[in-house]
Amino acid sequence: MRNPQLNANGELTHLLSIEGLPREVLLHILDTASSFLEVSDRDVKKVPLLRGKSVFNLFFENSTRTRTTFEIAAKRLSADVINLDVGRSSTAKGETLLDTIDNLVAMHADMFVVRHASSGAPYLIADHLHRVGRDDVHVVNAGDGRHAHPTQGLLDMYTIRHYKKDYSRLTVAIVGDILHSRVARSDIDALRTLGAAEIRAVGPQTLLPTEIGGMGVRVFHDLREGVRDCDVVIMLRLQNERMSGALLPSAREYFKCYGLTPEVLTLAKPDAIVMHPGPMNRGVEIDSEVADGPQAVILPQVTFGIAVRMAVMSILAGN
Amino acid sequence: MRTEIRNAHVIDPKNGVDEKVSLFLAEGRVVGVGPVPGGFTADTVIDAHGLIACPGLVDLSTRLPGLESELTAAVAGGVTAVACPPDTNPPLDEPGLVERLVRRSEALGLARVYPIGALTQELAGEKLAEMASLTSAGCIAFSQAQYPIFDTQVLLRAMEYAATFGYAIRLQPQDHYLARDGVAHDGEVASRLGLAAIPVCAETVAIATALQLARQTGVRLHLARISSAAGVALVREAKASGLQVSCDVTVHHLHLSEHDIGYFDSGARFDPPLRSVNDRDALRAAAADGTAIICSDHTPVDEDGKQLPFAAAMPGATALELLLPLVLKWAREDQLPLAAALARVTCDAASALGVDRGALGVGSPADICLFDPEENWVLAAKNLVSCGKNSPFIGQEMTGRAQMTLIEGRVVFDRKGGLGG
Repeated sequence: MRNPQLNANGELTHLLSIEGLPREVLLHILDTASSFLEVSDRDVKKVPLLRGKSVFNLFFENSTRTRTTFEIAAKRLSADVINLDVGRSSTAKGETLLDTIDNLVAMHADMFVVRHASSGAPYLIADHLHRVGRDDVHVVNAGDGRHAHPTQGLLDMYTIRHYKKDYSRLTVAIVGDILHSRVARSDIDALRTLGAAEIRAVGPQTLLPTEIGGMGVRVFHDLREGVRDCDVVIMLRLQNERMSGALLPSAREYFKCYGLTPEVLTLAKPDAIVMHPGPMNRGVEIDSEVADGPQAVILPQVTFGIAVRMAVMSILAGN
Repeated sequence: MRTEIRNAHVIDPKNGVDEKVSLFLAEGRVVGVGPVPGGFTADTVIDAHGLIACPGLVDLSTRLPGLESELTAAVAGGVTAVACPPDTNPPLDEPGLVERLVRRSEALGLARVYPIGALTQELAGEKLAEMASLTSAGCIAFSQAQYPIFDTQVLLRAMEYAATFGYAIRLQPQDHYLARDGVAHDGEVASRLGLAAIPVCAETVAIATALQLARQTGVRLHLARISSAAGVALVREAKASGLQVSCDVTVHHLHLSEHDIGYFDSGARFDPPLRSVNDRDALRAAAADGTAIICSDHTPVDEDGKQLPFAAAMPGATALELLLPLVLKWAREDQLPLAAALARVTCDAASALGVDRGALGVGSPADICLFDPEENWVLAAKNLVSCGKNSPFIGQEMTGRAQMTLIEGRVVFDRKGGLGG
C-alpha cells in the first residue's frame, strides 16, 4: 500500500499522521524546528522561505488556537495565509469536501492546513490531489476526528527532547480520554518511533480504545500507579460533553480519580515534566497548582508549536 | 423451444451431479440430464466445451436501485434469482408496491426477483405490516433490512404473527445501541485510526435475542450477514439444539478484514463492518461446512457516496457480477470441492428462500449458468454492468466468470455472443 505522505524518494509530501513516518523524518522536522526557534525572538520575526506561497487554513471544525498557531507559523515564513471559515460557508451550502478542494486548487493554493471532525478526512484530500495529478499541493493535518494531530505530536516530542534529551530512557504517561484523543494517538506513534522506553496509557476503561494494547502501550487504570516514576506526564483535555453521562459520572468524580494534583505528581520522578495540549480544564483533569507549578511546561509547548509548524511547512514546500 | 447443452461439465449440488453430461431443456424446464429423453429433438444446440454448467445462482440480498441495470448485471454474473430487501424507496410495506416490482421485473425477462416484504410499516419497527396481503402480492419473507426494532415486544409479536401463517423472517442482527455511531469493527484498526467502533457484542446480543424469540414463537428465522466468529458460534449452537434457523455471510466478508480499510479506504466500508482476520476465517469455515449460505449483499453506491471521509461514506459495494468469481476464489483458496462451494449460492440459498430454484433435476426450471472456471480476467469499473462501480476488488485479477446465462431455457446473457449457435 502506498504511504500517501511520502513520495517515491521517501520525502514528505503531506503530513497526515505520525504513524508510518520513519524516525529520520521526525528528527529532521525537530532539528529544523530548532533552527526556527530563534526567528520568533528577532525584532523582525520573518524568513522568506514561503514567499509567494498561499497557505489555506481549512478548519471544518472550530479551533481558534490551533488555527492561530498555523497562521503565525505561515506568516513568519512569509506565506500568504487565507483563513476559510468552512463550517459557515461552502459546506453549509451543500458543497462537498472535494469540490471545495478543487475550487481552492483552482485559486492556486500551495498548501492546505486541514482540521476536520471526521477521522481520515485529510487522507481523502491527499488521495484526491494525487488522483488529479496535483501532488505539488501539500496537506497538513491539523487534527482529524479522533485519529491524529501530527503537529501536536511533534511539538510534544520537541518539548520532551528540549527538557529530557534522550527518548530511550524515558517513561511517559498519557492520562485521560485516550479513546477520543487524536493527540494521544499521535504522541503514542511518535514516542514509539523515537524509541521511548515505556509508554503508559492511564484512564478508565470507558475512555480507552478496545485494542490499545496493540498500540504498544502499557495500560493503567489507577492514576497513582500510572504516574509512578514517570519522566513525562501528558494530561489530555476532557471534552465538556463527555464529563457526565455514560462514559463518566461527573467532572468531580473524574478529578477525584484522574485529576493530576501536586500530591499525585510527587509519585513521578522529581524532575518529571507535565504537559497538556490545551485548552486546560483546571480542576477537571489538572489542579491549578500543578498547571502553574514549576514542573509544568505547558506554555513552552505553545512556543515550540510555532517553530515545529514552521518546520513542517518549510519542509513540505521543499526548503 | 428445445435446447440441448452438450459437452459441459454439469455441477448440480442438490442432485449430486458432478460430471460431463448433456442437459436437455424444453418448455422452460429441464427435461433430461444425461441420455436424450425419448422423442426429444433440439431446436438449438449449445456446445459448452470447457465450461461448467451449474444452476443459475440465487442471491439472498440484492439491492435494485435501477431495476433493468441491476437485473442485467445479475444475469451477466450468472445470477438468475435475487431476493430484494424491503429498504427500497418507498419501502416494500404495501402490496401495490410489491406487485409493481414483480410485474416490472417479469416484463424484463431477466433474473427473477423475489421481494422481501417489510416486517413493520415503513420499517419503523412499531406496527406490523400486512404480511398476508404482502405474501399474496409476491413476498417470500419479511425483514427490517438494516432498520432496528427497538421494542422487543414488537419483535416478539411480529414473529408470532409470521409464525401463525408460516412466513419466514430475516433479521440482520445488530443491536442498535451497541452499534450506535460506529463505522468499523471494534478492533485493532479502529483503535489505531480513531474510527467509532461497532463491537462484536452488538451482533451477538442481537442474535441471542432473535434466537430466544424464535425458540419461543417457532418462526422460521434467517439471520442475514453474520460478521463474527462469536455470531457463527451462536448459530451453530442453535442449529445443534434443533432450532430451525439459517444464516448467511456476504462474499466480501469471506475475503476481506478490517485491515483492508488501509488508510481510510471508504471502499472497505460495509454494514456490518469487516471484522478481524479470525472472524473472517470463522465465516469461511461456516460457509465451508454449510452453517452459512453466501450472499452478494449487492449494494450499488455511486461515486459521490464513496468520495467522503470514511465515516460519512455510504457502506456497501457492487457485487452481483463478483459473486461467482469470489465464490470460486474462496473454493480455490480453501481447497473446497466446487460442488460444495456452489451449493452455498444455488440450492442452499434457494432452500433458505423456500423457492423452487437452484437445482437442475428433471422438472426444475431451466435456470443455468455456464462459466469458464479457468478464465483469467481483471475487474475494471468500466466493464461492470451494474450502476454501482465501487468494489474493493477493482483492479484485481479474477479467475472464472459467467459466459452464458439461461433463464427458463432462454439465453438471457451471452458474453462472447457465439455459444448459442
